[in-house]
Amino acid sequence: MPTSANSGFDVTRVRADFPILSRTVRGRPLVYLDNAASAQKPQAVIDAISQTYANAYANVHRGVHMLSAEATMAFEKSRETVRRFLNAKRAEEIVFTKGGSEAINLVASSLGAQLREGDEIILSEMEHHSNIVPWHFLRERHGVVLRWVGVDDAGVLDLSALRGMIGSRTRLVAITQMSNVLGTVPDLAQIVALAHGAGAKVLVDGCQGAVHLGVDVQALDCDFYVATGHKLYGPTGIGVLYGKYDLLKTLRPYQGGGEMIQIVTRDTVTYADPPHRFEAGTPPIVQAIGLGAALDYMSSLDRAAVHAHEESLLAHATEELARLNRLRIFGDAPGKGAIVAFEIAGAHAHDVSTILDRSGVAVRGGHHCAQPLMARFDVASTVRASFALYNTHDEVEALVRGVHDVMEFFK
Amino acid sequence: MIDSDLRDLYQEVILDHGRNPRHFGTLPDANHDARGHNPLCGDQVHVQLKLDDEERITDIAFEGKGCAISMASASMMTELVLGKTVPQAHALMEAFVHLTKGEEFEHECVVEDDLDRLQVMSGVSQFPMRVKCATLAWHTLDAACKGEDEVVSE
Repeated sequence: MPTSANSGFDVTRVRADFPILSRTVRGRPLVYLDNAASAQKPQAVIDAISQTYANAYANVHRGVHMLSAEATMAFEKSRETVRRFLNAKRAEEIVFTKGGSEAINLVASSLGAQLREGDEIILSEMEHHSNIVPWHFLRERHGVVLRWVGVDDAGVLDLSALRGMIGSRTRLVAITQMSNVLGTVPDLAQIVALAHGAGAKVLVDGCQGAVHLGVDVQALDCDFYVATGHKLYGPTGIGVLYGKYDLLKTLRPYQGGGEMIQIVTRDTVTYADPPHRFEAGTPPIVQAIGLGAALDYMSSLDRAAVHAHEESLLAHATEELARLNRLRIFGDAPGKGAIVAFEIAGAHAHDVSTILDRSGVAVRGGHHCAQPLMARFDVASTVRASFALYNTHDEVEALVRGVHDVMEFFK
Repeated sequence: MIDSDLRDLYQEVILDHGRNPRHFGTLPDANHDARGHNPLCGDQVHVQLKLDDEERITDIAFEGKGCAISMASASMMTELVLGKTVPQAHALMEAFVHLTKGEEFEHECVVEDDLDRLQVMSGVSQFPMRVKCATLAWHTLDAACKGEDEVVSE
């Protein structure tokens, strides 16, 4: 059995930071392997949220009173924390949204207003629906053409197809940093270079990638980067859009409301500069503060050691599951992230999930909001085990035992 | 470790129907049909019927992709409603929906023997997340009888 040989990472100590991990499910210890859907929260995040409500809560950016000043400072401090986490140049490049989907919808709406019929957007077929459907809106409303880059049987993106596809009509390449099903990590440096060479922008969906891979938006040189709080061990209801400042400056507002204006008269309105231009209404204040706490927590760990630990869990699970001849794993791209999606011949993903749940193992069965990818592999649904920094090799063994139970059942 | 609730859910007769679904395929001379879809899990079922002048189901077939529960439920349904009138099938559907939710229900219009056969699906009431799997085919049948061509369960 592979072990986490890295000395810089103590998974037992880390687990103690996550109160929910000590609960039981149906009389057994919880084995939470649905992290790609949403991750559990460390005490530091729970405390940041409750302490804000208990001690320093008010609306931001308006009041001159003490609590509003404190809440505003904490909120803007989180923006700075996100900036540091993504290595953006300026905090004004960080827009808070309610999640990853809203961040992409914002770009689709505001950048979409600049697009015309026949303009092309390139997507990969391993995108999550949140990085597909907003672009379908532009197809439906503006006649924008969607073009799709495939993956091979191992889940590796077909870069040569992408190269052939990018041209003078390409306005945007919208691509995941890490597939939420296959775990594939595409070569973004090449993709960005190709797109920029043709004058197109690049939006990177980092909802999985931000959790498992390092992010440096300046080195990557992407134009937009999207992440969501709840997968980053932070609260729900908070997401992040990074955009290059000069680009954000050219985008029209997404929603209208308070906070996003300069001057409103009966006849005219002028808009605030980014990021507030894109943050209409009272923002998710406490959620943003919670996200800041989550990123601080992640940064307090040795991220290289965390990455090595997650890789060893993936290797362990892959090795054990690949041994079973009725089981097919989807995604075997070099350098893939800590997600293993599979199907068992004769057992539907939902039956597998139900049986695993009975032994306390939480996995996801379904299409994982990636129906074009399911169609590509000609499968209706798969089972997905996705790992987080707090998972253990014993939990991998529990998964494998559960899979054996399933096979016993569905002989 | 397989517990007793799981044994109740995946009884041998259900696994058998799931593996060897009855009336699986298409019905070339169908005069009613509907497609059911569960967007949550992607399960799909297509139910085709032949209704005679007295609204009696004289032939039935289904096709689909789904979990053992949904396929077994569809398969058992085709056996049970074959030869029944539309109102009888509807009454049985209502009884079945109650049964899968573990609810009490009146079943004056339903044959006791049919209910006994459906009891095998009652284990699903212990798995609230899976009730939709069991009822999809029945809702689709109901839609086909009513002349609707599509039903979506959520």
